[in-house]
Amino acid sequence: MLEIRDLHAAVEGHEILRGIDLSVAAGEVHAIMGPNGSGKSTLAQVLAGRETFEVTRGEILFEGESLLDRSPEERAQLGIFLAFQYPVEIPGVQNLYFLRTAVNALRKARGEEELDPASFMRLVREKAKLVDLDEKLLKRAVNDGFSGGEKKRNEILQMAVLEPKLCILDETDSGLDIDALRTVARGVNALRSPERAMIVVTHYQRLLDYIEPDRVHVLSDGRIVRSGGKDLALELEKSGYGWIEGRAAGAGS
Amino acid sequence: MSDSDTRHVEQLASQEYKYGFVSDIDQELFSPGLDENTVRAISAKKGEPEWMLEWRLRAFRHWLTMEEPHWPKADYPPIDYQQIVYFAAPKSASERPKSLDEVDPELLAIYNKLGIPLQEQEVLAGVAVDAVLDSVSVATTFREKLSELGIIFCSMSEAIREHPELVRKYLGSVVPYTDNFFATLNSAVFSDGSFVYVPKGVRCPMELSTYFRINAANTGQFERTLIVADEGAYVSYLEGCTAPMRDENQLHAAVVELVALDEATIKYSTVQNWYPGDEQGRGGIYNFVTKRGKAHRKAKISWTQVETGSAITWKYPSCVLLGDESVGEFYSVALTSKRQQADTGTKMIHVGRNTRSTIISKGISALEGQNTYRGLVKVAPGAENARNFSQCDSMLIGDRCGAHTFPYIDVANPTAIVEHEATTSKIGEDQIFYCQQRGIPVEDAVSMIVSGFCKEVFQELPMEFAVEAQKLLGISLENSVG
Ligand SMILES: Nc1ncnc2c1ncn2[C@@H]1O[C@H](COP(=O)(O)OP(=O)(O)O)[C@@H](O)[C@H]1O
Ligand SMILES: [Mg+2]
Repeated sequence: MLEIRDLHAAVEGHEILRGIDLSVAAGEVHAIMGPNGSGKSTLAQVLAGRETFEVTRGEILFEGESLLDRSPEERAQLGIFLAFQYPVEIPGVQNLYFLRTAVNALRKARGEEELDPASFMRLVREKAKLVDLDEKLLKRAVNDGFSGGEKKRNEILQMAVLEPKLCILDETDSGLDIDALRTVARGVNALRSPERAMIVVTHYQRLLDYIEPDRVHVLSDGRIVRSGGKDLALELEKSGYGWIEGRAAGAGS
Repeated sequence: MSDSDTRHVEQLASQEYKYGFVSDIDQELFSPGLDENTVRAISAKKGEPEWMLEWRLRAFRHWLTMEEPHWPKADYPPIDYQQIVYFAAPKSASERPKSLDEVDPELLAIYNKLGIPLQEQEVLAGVAVDAVLDSVSVATTFREKLSELGIIFCSMSEAIREHPELVRKYLGSVVPYTDNFFATLNSAVFSDGSFVYVPKGVRCPMELSTYFRINAANTGQFERTLIVADEGAYVSYLEGCTAPMRDENQLHAAVVELVALDEATIKYSTVQNWYPGDEQGRGGIYNFVTKRGKAHRKAKISWTQVETGSAITWKYPSCVLLGDESVGEFYSVALTSKRQQADTGTKMIHVGRNTRSTIISKGISALEGQNTYRGLVKVAPGAENARNFSQCDSMLIGDRCGAHTFPYIDVANPTAIVEHEATTSKIGEDQIFYCQQRGIPVEDAVSMIVSGFCKEVFQELPMEFAVEAQKLLGISLENSVG
């Protein structure tokens, strides 16, 4: 489904991603781990088309087509969803209205009719239950004054409602207590399907106890330095990232 | 913001003016120029009584002693008052129509083009409309129904003829003819406008609405509106404005006076969309307007304005809170784009005890637009326990525009509590990206974010105007869900 080849990306001339190769097939869950500052969020945002980052080399193919010339909304319309590490607040814009605008924008792009308000509400209520999101939050402004946990649940709610093909979760676990983590994982697992792929970015192995990955990749200094099965995550949990940093420094010298 | 975002935003901000057509109707025009004879001629044209002419002349003679003020934050070349046409009327309206059936079909067509089909408004929306084209009021709908309740809603010219006792009592009682340069000019040469009187204890059952339209070239529009809500009465009044696209600037110097007697409420909403001029700053309306209301005991005056048009906007809808426990409110959205300049805000003058005022101002600047909030909160020595809350937020789109805030506070009573909050923000690149990532195109994202920013003001507008305001800002509002 997703094919990343020799991807380089820079911000203001400073190279952050330095040659990433990754391929993710439908039905798979890939975990991306790595120390802070290694480029995990950058990778997630480059996939989603954020123009802050300039792709200087390489290619990203989604279902066989290049994404590089596509705007963020076109990528979203193709079925790419990013759950943000820091969900953005939009004062004055009702959460429900935002979500409905998004649903209808995606439907329009697919040539479908707008969802009528009643069906939309039914859909949202059902998904809100799944992630245990207080319905009161639907009437509030997007993420405005939400707690950290509420913001993360709201991201998963959006993901559940928008039903993307490729879900990218950027540190969705950070800042969550164990109950919230379970709830979020339940929401994510409910979306696992043979047609859908997931990239789960995390700093800790904790989330992977609940969302079992098919593959684990370790990112360091803008490169994938190791890949393996789910055991790799456990190994990292024990040994920490120290060995990688040593290695990366060694590789650089 | 990335380049492509900026491009999209600028596209949005520089959308074509949709109301710029010029209508070819048979016009009766005065030749340009202003002297006592012009004032006499306007008055004669309208068949005014002697007292009205006298008042105009007093204003004119006073105006000759005044100088054009230049303290607002706006740059414009000198105005030549001798080049302006002070009276333009559609010929067919010299005999004023008594019902819509008698209105020139060409005129009705103009209003249809503006999206204000008078007939439909009359039948469907239940909004009583007075339409002012250039200098003359062309149609007032729904009059019979209103008159059953004793409500008077007619053109100012007609009010002067038919209700002289009310006009004499209240005209100039809030904005005296000596008030300021433009108000004084208006007092001398005002052409028409709307008059409303709601009797004691009556709640006006529908929104009253006036649409102002400048059509003729080189014409100044000097309308004068007077609204009187007698004790315990309630009225909600809407004003909308458009003008054709022309290369030269046109002066609009209106005066609006509101009188809310004891326990009365007046809600006054404006959606101002005069032609703003082009990208180079050619043409557009100079919107120099004086709006003020007097609130008596327990009365409430609420101004809501959405200002998207005009080359230069200079206006401060104000409340004089005379009576004890009276309330003043000001909700404003001002959007400046291209080379537009707006210097707008309010004055809240607390005179009575336990008076309260609220100011919510949202300024949006895009392209090279300049947006200034200027407001005064004044608490007189006798105004025990006066309360004011002001919030002025500015949003910048792009980096060639500007936002400025000048809050003046003048408190002469120690029991007063005056709070002022102000913020300035750039439209967030992260907010736009967040929306895009959910599949929402940039233009819609910007509209949505701006609309969210203005929400506290939009929710003060009557429904049908909220819809219009949202269209004007290219915005879809959240009214269908929730
Ligand atoms: N917008 C930006 N401007 C400049 N530097 C950035 C920007 N975004 C990220 N970086 C830098 O890129 C590196 C990788 O950051 P990030 O992708 O957020 O790492 P991670 O998510 O793995 O913690 C860091 O050194 C960070 O400071
Ligand atoms: Mg990160």
